Amino acid sequence: MLTRLANPARFMRLSGALVLPLAVAAAVVLAIGLYLALFVAPPDYQQGETVKIMFVHVPAAWMALLVYFVVAVASGVALVWKHPLAEIAAQQAAPLGAAFTLVCLVTGSLWGRPMWGTWWAWDARMTSVLVLFFLYLGYIALVNAFDDMGRGSRAGSVLALVGVVNLPIIKFSVDWWNTLHQSESVFRAGGPTIDPSMLWPLLIMAVGYLLLFQTLLLVRMRAALNERKARALRLAAPQRRIAPPAAAAPHAAMKALR
Amino acid sequence: MSALQHWAEMGGYAVFVWPAYAVALGVLGGIAVQSWWRYRASSRELDRLQRTPSER
Repeated sequence: MLTRLANPARFMRLSGALVLPLAVAAAVVLAIGLYLALFVAPPDYQQGETVKIMFVHVPAAWMALLVYFVVAVASGVALVWKHPLAEIAAQQAAPLGAAFTLVCLVTGSLWGRPMWGTWWAWDARMTSVLVLFFLYLGYIALVNAFDDMGRGSRAGSVLALVGVVNLPIIKFSVDWWNTLHQSESVFRAGGPTIDPSMLWPLLIMAVGYLLLFQTLLLVRMRAALNERKARALRLAAPQRRIAPPAAAAPHAAMKALR
Repeated sequence: MSALQHWAEMGGYAVFVWPAYAVALGVLGGIAVQSWWRYRASSRELDRLQRTPSER
């Protein structure tokens, strides 16, 4: 099943049909989430209206972790089975993950100033999320640092897999160390401790972010496949002038796709 | 003070709340627009290469 879906031509057909419904769903869910967050959710009894920052900050943090997990799994598949689509998925997901992590860091800082009295503190949660941001940047830089795309992809995949160790550190940092961050209040044994009037906008925003990520990942993967095909055609062009097209083009195209 | 103005002031925290939303919108909206432009540019380029073999 997965092998069937992982065929690039089939992927282009399937993703072409999925992008628009996913984009519409993302826009609708985000609009509902923003409405609930800004107009319906009440101020927190301690944080006041700064709690509204949580509705863009917390889902961004969840997505930063989830997207890194996607990058690592796709990198593992690309390393082991050398599947070009997995390689493309990892490479196109990484900038999206970096964007979510940046949103998480900046909005967290904007919440921290009025609540903690500081823009930044080197506590375990914030530092490990900053490390995650650098892992994303390092992965993107490494993948693009080689003329040989295959070498860049392999080096990036190894970094992505090594960086997975940071995910449980981020998740459990609030339990393992004394940090400024509060302990888990949504994904915890015994259920969430947040009032439903704040929990629902938070979950709806998280679904909106997830749909946005899926939409953008498909769009970016389609763009990357188009770029690889175009590169293959350009590489095949000189050979076509001296050899029959049917013989020259597939060979060059295969080489460019590696 | 109108209800809208009261809401926009965010209980005195507007200077933190609105920039947070602006950053989220700017970063995520920015990467959405960049991704879409890149897709359109790559589609156009691929179409051009496939339609006009003489240019290759």
